[in-house]
Amino acid sequence: MQDFAEAFLFAFRQIAGLDPDLLEIIGLSLRVSLAATLVSCLVGLPIGALVAVSRFPGRAGVIVIMNALMGLPPVVVGLFVYLNLSRAGPLGWMGLLYTPAAMVIAQSILISPIVAALSRQVLEDLFNEYREQFASFALSRLAQVRAILWDGRYSLITVALAAFGRSAAEVGAVIIVGGNIEHLTRVMTTAIALETSKGDLPLAMALGIVLLILALGVNALVSALRLTAARYAYA
Amino acid sequence: MPMHDRVLPFPTTTGPATVPAVHALACRGLNYGAGGKALIDGVDLEFCRDGITAIIGFNGAGKSLLLRLLHGLIEPAGGAVTWSGRPIDAGIRARQAMVFQKPVLLRRSVAANIDFALKARGRDRPGRREELLDHVGLSALAGRPARLLSGGEQQRLALARALACAPEVLFLDEATASLDPSSVLAIETIVRSASTGGTKIIMITHDVGQARRLASEIVFLHAGKVVEQADAAAFFANPATPAARAYLDGQIVNGN
Repeated sequence: MQDFAEAFLFAFRQIAGLDPDLLEIIGLSLRVSLAATLVSCLVGLPIGALVAVSRFPGRAGVIVIMNALMGLPPVVVGLFVYLNLSRAGPLGWMGLLYTPAAMVIAQSILISPIVAALSRQVLEDLFNEYREQFASFALSRLAQVRAILWDGRYSLITVALAAFGRSAAEVGAVIIVGGNIEHLTRVMTTAIALETSKGDLPLAMALGIVLLILALGVNALVSALRLTAARYAYA
Repeated sequence: MPMHDRVLPFPTTTGPATVPAVHALACRGLNYGAGGKALIDGVDLEFCRDGITAIIGFNGAGKSLLLRLLHGLIEPAGGAVTWSGRPIDAGIRARQAMVFQKPVLLRRSVAANIDFALKARGRDRPGRREELLDHVGLSALAGRPARLLSGGEQQRLALARALACAPEVLFLDEATASLDPSSVLAIETIVRSASTGGTKIIMITHDVGQARRLASEIVFLHAGKVVEQADAAAFFANPATPAARAYLDGQIVNGN
């Protein structure tokens, strides 16, 4: 119990003292997760919007698949990316394995379905409200997609934040394709896993606290956005 | 009395200089059903080219459904809605506009709602938005989020947005339902002005007083059928069918 308390104290000292190693790990975590969130939004939002405004045979099946992909096992995604980026793999020539880029790729694959599926749900609700008005305006499909993406912006930011949260907290995929190499691909989650396995709890706890603060911050941001949207009647 | 006995005798063109008295919009043998029940049952309509046509009838008569079919928002099960003989498509729908009973406003400012319609129809030109907002008395609220407006203001914005499309036909689906008298008056003034400006108005109303004030032509719909179409003054002076008489007398009749 005393060890536990000491570990906590050390963790707070590391955070308060802005330990360079800690900052490096946090910085890389944020860069990788933000990049993956950006990629997943670029891929997932148009897909979500297109499915939301389209009616085609097999649409229900597509939605089931989109929803199911939200639960992709990270280690399976990690393995898939590893196989493709390894020397023997089809993309081995790019030399991306064990780089932050590989981690961004793995996380993007993991969270793009989340962005697509959640945005589809959000945008479909909006589209159902606008459908007749859009038809009355004789809008093209592209114009409809653009309009609901813009009008659903506050809800979509929430979707992006949810994806970012999942990305930042993910460990299985990034440890496979990143390798947890110090000063190169070590992020918060992989460092926590490593330090815990080594028995070095203080650093693991410091990182854990930062991760929890990050999760809290993301949720606070989501709540603030919802309140802002409601206040300005954009909800 | 057989259906359409009171249908106006629309004159046909007599020469190249004569403008047809009937509007380009028409429907023939229009049918629509749901759950094995005919909701719109063999409706044939031609409208006066000018003025305001009010579609009236009991709840469940099929008025809103007919309006959506005429605007091409719903595909009919049978028959056709035509524009100068051509079936309604997106291109023709772009020459029309519709205001719904519950205004569907974008989650944007008042001004941005108008801009959206102007851009959608390629009618964006400097000062047009300000003209429209001034016309409906919303200039002072241009920057306000549209969904924070009062019910009457929202409906005026919806009308301004519809007028931004410069429609040849404007459909109004109970546009003044649940509005206070001053808001109703404001909407009626705008509608009358649009009609004077050459826009054909086809509106649904449950307010007989409003139909008397605005309409030049009445279509009375009962159980999915047009049972009467007549000049408004003639209709109100002497409704030809028992259902229409009951409606005007305020009797409670099942519209289905």
